[in-house]
Amino acid sequence: MEEVSKDKSFKIDYTPPKISWMEPLVEFHKGNYCYPASPKHEKYLDLPNPREWQPTDEDWKLPENWKEIILKGIGERLNKYRSFKLFLDICVRCGACADKCHFFIGSGDPKNMPVLRAELLRSIYRRYFTISGKIFGKFLGARELTEDIIKEWFSYFYQCTECRRCSVFCPFGIDTCEITMMGRELLNLLGININWILEPAANCYRTGNHLGIPPHAFKSTVDFAIDELKEITGVEVEVPINRKGAEILFISPSADYFASPHWYTFLGYLLLFHEIGLDYTWSTYASEGGNFGFFHSAELAKRLNSKIYSEAKRLGVKWILGGECGHMWRVIHQYMDTYNGPADFLEEPVSPITGTRFENARSTKMVHICEFTADLIKNNKLKLDPSRNDKWKVTYHDSCNIARGVGLLEEPRYIIRNVCNEFYEMPENTIKEKTFCCGSGSGLGADENMETRLRGGFPRANAVKYVKEKFGVNLLACICAIDKATLPPLLDYWVSGVDVAGVHELVGNALVVRGEKERTTNLRGEPLLKENEKV
Amino acid sequence: MGVWFSISSLILIVILIIVATEVLGLYFIFTVFIPYIGFFLFLLGFIYRVLKWAASPVPFHIPTISGQQKSLPWIKPDNIDSPFTTGGIIKKLALDILFFRTLLRNEKIELEASYKLLFKPSVLLWLGAMAFHWSFFYILIRHLRFFLEPVPSLIVFLQRLDSILQGLFPIIYISDIFILLSLVYLFIRRILYPQVKYISLFSDYFILLVIFGIACSGVLMRLIFKVDLIQVKQWFMSTIALKPALPKGVNIIFYIHLFFVSLLMAYFPFSKLMHMPGIFLSPTKNLKNTSRSKRHINPWNYPVKIHSYEEYEEEFRDSMKEVGLPLEKE
Repeated sequence: MEEVSKDKSFKIDYTPPKISWMEPLVEFHKGNYCYPASPKHEKYLDLPNPREWQPTDEDWKLPENWKEIILKGIGERLNKYRSFKLFLDICVRCGACADKCHFFIGSGDPKNMPVLRAELLRSIYRRYFTISGKIFGKFLGARELTEDIIKEWFSYFYQCTECRRCSVFCPFGIDTCEITMMGRELLNLLGININWILEPAANCYRTGNHLGIPPHAFKSTVDFAIDELKEITGVEVEVPINRKGAEILFISPSADYFASPHWYTFLGYLLLFHEIGLDYTWSTYASEGGNFGFFHSAELAKRLNSKIYSEAKRLGVKWILGGECGHMWRVIHQYMDTYNGPADFLEEPVSPITGTRFENARSTKMVHICEFTADLIKNNKLKLDPSRNDKWKVTYHDSCNIARGVGLLEEPRYIIRNVCNEFYEMPENTIKEKTFCCGSGSGLGADENMETRLRGGFPRANAVKYVKEKFGVNLLACICAIDKATLPPLLDYWVSGVDVAGVHELVGNALVVRGEKERTTNLRGEPLLKENEKV
Repeated sequence: MGVWFSISSLILIVILIIVATEVLGLYFIFTVFIPYIGFFLFLLGFIYRVLKWAASPVPFHIPTISGQQKSLPWIKPDNIDSPFTTGGIIKKLALDILFFRTLLRNEKIELEASYKLLFKPSVLLWLGAMAFHWSFFYILIRHLRFFLEPVPSLIVFLQRLDSILQGLFPIIYISDIFILLSLVYLFIRRILYPQVKYISLFSDYFILLVIFGIACSGVLMRLIFKVDLIQVKQWFMSTIALKPALPKGVNIIFYIHLFFVSLLMAYFPFSKLMHMPGIFLSPTKNLKNTSRSKRHINPWNYPVKIHSYEEYEEEFRDSMKEVGLPLEKE
């Protein structure tokens, strides 16, 4: 990480280079690419062409018939995905998407404009799949498929976080995420993957979660949380694991019970479920809500996702509740039912506390924790003391997939307004459907690509800086595990002095639990502000 | 490169037309053969492309959401930007397709010193696109008077409305002014904005020039090089009755106009102009945000290899037992 120290700020230059984009020139240097996947993980997941290689190598050890594989792969996907075919055909290159991508804004590299990112693949499509491209070639933007193009794809399809912001601004709704997904699937056919995606995916396949936590370690981390909560609140919570016959199966991203600051959100969940006496269970087999397979291919996404329904069936629960996570919710909202449904063995979700019927989850039978908690608060089922969060001046960061994939915008805001006294929105160009990605989503949250991440995180950080300077905001609340993991270093670089927390951490702080002792600290163990310290 | 190449291509085409008609006298080819080819390529190509899109399924339910979902009864859902009814989806598509609402929310970023990002509204592209598409559409409708006998009164009315400025400038149509200005803008922005210039291809400039050629030749025929409209209409009516005849009372500008129109029609299905039907099929735009309440079927869904609970318990049984986690098989 020494390359991107604060003293050496990077240049952001929006002047396009002299050389045409049609030349596939890529420079891999420390900080701008992710390490390739270890062959061990590729083998475990039965993926093609596992081998040792590095992007900086001249020879990427592609299979002999790599060109044939790619062209066949494109052909298949054109027939399987209308989105892919249509989006390759109808772009008019109006440029409306150009400055909507956080990677473009932070780098100025024109190939990070969504239109050009797609054009990298589109140019091959034109050359091999359209009559006009075959005849007129370069004039219509068609390019020959060479190994350099594969290298270029690797660079730029792993500089897209599939956040779909460009799709909001495109007059035709062209979604670069769809293009990137196809690009990554094609690269996988040649054995080109990154480790930061495949290691979690392989872990998840085996142990049920990305972090590779085996069931007994899961149990001990839960026990640890129980102790910690007892210390903070004086209350001993019960945390059922793999319990058959529970009403609800709760699934959250594994970072919640193993990483920081996710951990405090985890404590928040446990406290909340204890207070309302929820009849629920965790699962060790389905101990992951996130899905790194989704950043690799539809097939791997489906393979990992299958655990959720099959575990719900095995445990005999009525419905499923899901924790705070971004892309997890894209998968659950838009894909799970299609991948692995129908969930006809489950019941339409009804809150056992308020009786509210979650009609929006009628078919998939999985409810977002913010929908669930907002409903509890609205029905006065929780006693809340927002002053316990008075240390914080809070802003809320919509995670891309929650905003543009689900449309879950008001639920978390409603919760925050009820558990915090000071809440300030970032400028409207940077929230809700126009929210900026943390710059590290879709499997790009590695350490080795820190320059790319810092550049990608620039627009988000810039908006945080604005509210920090204007309102004194010192906490960014969010409901995405990747945000929680990757925003702290980004914010530290661009706008220091702003912490990151999950919404349910704030809920846990404010929640007045029956039988609790007088709280002196928040869930982080930091002392609460006393009356006279309040501003 | 694209700019100059497209301009020279256009000039070359004009010269070819002049030579072919005025010098070589290939009138039949230019007034019968090429227009028929253009029209049928357009018709068949258009249908073919749309059917090809329709043949690829939409495996996943992937609308891009831009508003509050319908969830809890007390949270106001946004039925246009996160549509949950058919009415909502129709409204959204109508706003997007008729009024380019998406472009209206366009903004441009500017970097102030020391990494300060500014967002500025940017509606020029929206204005240009609206002026271009609507005036093009208006002109098409106006042209129906050449194709229909008797001319419907609505078209007469639209034509009168279009020439409302005639008190000031004789025989100028408002739509003509709009289309020419917007084409100039759309062309110039491709040269002026470095990013847009960088992504622009020969074909992007060329198609603007072809349409510019159509509009210019049309205006010239109306203002300076007049043609006998009654004769043109007769020629057209016989052409669509598949009894082609050479037009009378026309001039070189007419041939240029006709050739460019034919070129546009022939070019349409092979180009980005297919965005016109494409937008209706765009799965990020035309699906409701009802992903969790209504099941979406993937026609090619296939079984995949999974790691079952049994395999999992097999691997971890001992340690699970040790910490007292319930097991399927003791």
